[in-house]
Amino acid sequence: MNKNTKAFLINLGVTLAAVLASLVVGAFFILLVHANPALVYRRLFEGVILNPYGLAQTLFKATPLIMTGLALALGFKASIFNIGAEGQMVIGGFVCAWLGFTFTGLPAALLVPLCLAGAFAGGMLWASVPAVLKIKTGAHEVITTIMMNFIALALTNYLITAYFHLPETVHTQLIAGSAALPRLDHYVPAFRGSPANVTLFMAAALCFAFWWLIWKTPYGYETRAIGLNPSAAETGGIHINRNLLLTFLISGGLSGFAAVNFIMGYKHYYEEGFTQGVGFMGIAVALVGQNNPFGIIFAALLFGALSHGTLVINALVPKDIIQILQALVILFVISSNLLAKKYMARLTED
Amino acid sequence: MDLFQIFSLALAGQTIRISVPYILTAMGATASELGGVVNIGLEGLILIGAFCSVLGNFYTGSPWAGILCAVAGGMLFAWLHAVVSIKFRANQIISGLAINILAVGATKFFLKYFFHSSSNSGRISGIARLDVPVIGGIPVIGDIVSNPLILLTGLLVFAVWYSVYRTPFGLRLRAVGENPEAADTLGVNVRRMRYLGVLISGALAALGGVWLAYDQHQFTDGMSGGRGYIALAAMIFGKWNPVLAALAALFFGFAEAVQIQLQTVGVKLPVQFIQMIPYLLTIVVLAGTFSKAAPPSADGVPYEKD
Repeated sequence: MNKNTKAFLINLGVTLAAVLASLVVGAFFILLVHANPALVYRRLFEGVILNPYGLAQTLFKATPLIMTGLALALGFKASIFNIGAEGQMVIGGFVCAWLGFTFTGLPAALLVPLCLAGAFAGGMLWASVPAVLKIKTGAHEVITTIMMNFIALALTNYLITAYFHLPETVHTQLIAGSAALPRLDHYVPAFRGSPANVTLFMAAALCFAFWWLIWKTPYGYETRAIGLNPSAAETGGIHINRNLLLTFLISGGLSGFAAVNFIMGYKHYYEEGFTQGVGFMGIAVALVGQNNPFGIIFAALLFGALSHGTLVINALVPKDIIQILQALVILFVISSNLLAKKYMARLTED
Repeated sequence: MDLFQIFSLALAGQTIRISVPYILTAMGATASELGGVVNIGLEGLILIGAFCSVLGNFYTGSPWAGILCAVAGGMLFAWLHAVVSIKFRANQIISGLAINILAVGATKFFLKYFFHSSSNSGRISGIARLDVPVIGGIPVIGDIVSNPLILLTGLLVFAVWYSVYRTPFGLRLRAVGENPEAADTLGVNVRRMRYLGVLISGALAALGGVWLAYDQHQFTDGMSGGRGYIALAAMIFGKWNPVLAALAALFFGFAEAVQIQLQTVGVKLPVQFIQMIPYLLTIVVLAGTFSKAAPPSADGVPYEKD
């Protein structure tokens, strides 16, 4: 076994142990409210994987998580911490929906690409502010992106309440039928009732694109070099600022694109709060997936399954146990990184 | 004139009411970051404080028992953040976010268990006014001086300022945030100081939560409402100085109070643009447009002893 395989296995083992540890601690919470953890976990497993509708729901929930997971992972490659995925997704979603219900006369062949591009561009636009500030003034993106999240929420809240909402609702009118993406239950009848849609394939394609971009292009080489050692990269002739700007913008674009699943694939309108924390959860997905596109798919499935699990176990235990589990997974995974590093250090000594 | 009517005693009262949780939490944020640990879990710590105070007050009937419970709960969750970020040297931002998710989940989870509701707790007594002679009867000013939590907040502003800038404890705390290696060489226990900074932030944010719960006489789901992040903004606007952070918090509260008063006299200023003020100002300050704010040098960097 070569060193890379060993390192991969250590990381995988430590991550799985961390997930297991969260389930154990979660079981204590379940016991506290006099419910049966074994029953809850069995119901959870059956409900999110074994039945076809549940599986479709898991795929549906995982789709935007893959995209925000990729967005965060791309940033992490260049040491950019984009907590602004949530706000970028909000703006991307708004632009996407606005294009969809404004240019209703366009045929699907034009409107679909336009809306997709709008979602990406909206996210990029929102990421451009912290990106430029980071490069020009050194303002740390963690704080500026958090602030941009709140500004995005306030701005869209204003636009919706003042101009775009349908009476008595917090959502816009429907996008044109030609901009709606087909659901998977057209092809897989067993998925009936689930809004899982073809955005899933776009997410899978983006994973391949991410892998290709990072490992097969000069841009990816530069990004990795900056993430490992910025001053060495600069000495090596890499334009750091240009790369950071580009990376931040693509990260924002991916976050904006995550809105497509809900807007073009599910409800067909923009609604306040539609992101449901997917932008923040993208951090956890990138983390558990170790910034690797294929790891991200698994992590997104894990968090997507948990997210759908809220409905499955609600009758047995307060559904908020799921949020507790998600938080525990994050805490255990980041804490176990130190452990993984120690094993890794022992490995290099051999 | 309509516009001048709003600058009244009522405005002052409203400003204080809105600012109290911002002030407490912003000082907490400063205590943690001066020691070198970024704490964006404050939002969750406020929520935990609010929930625990309701539990304590509801089951004992005593507001002070509620406060004790809140401080204990806030410190427990802050301790969790401290263990993950100091002992395991994990990413402090991610840990803080996880604390926020955990707080939302745990409070809703136990809300259902204790109160059989997914939205709010049972009614609690809250805290009674103090009986202050003479000035207690003056409108607004009387309300302020007879409110024990407002008095406590004022006292804490002084206490935090004094301990950060006038005691060996404060010097050590700032030292481990600026240059942990140097502090370590001089015999300061870096880890212990950082734990203390985070625990103080937990206690202060929890008190912010107490204010919210006692003000509404109940716990409601998600009642922290983004205040932890406003407090973070106030900390930055106050340039990591606890007293300036408290003043910034007061200013953000003032902006909100003005907007509320404007609405009552019928001036239609979109509330969302007032809400943006703290966030915009924070970005402006960080970008150094008029004066640059910089965090402690070792803020957010885990300390690794060789």
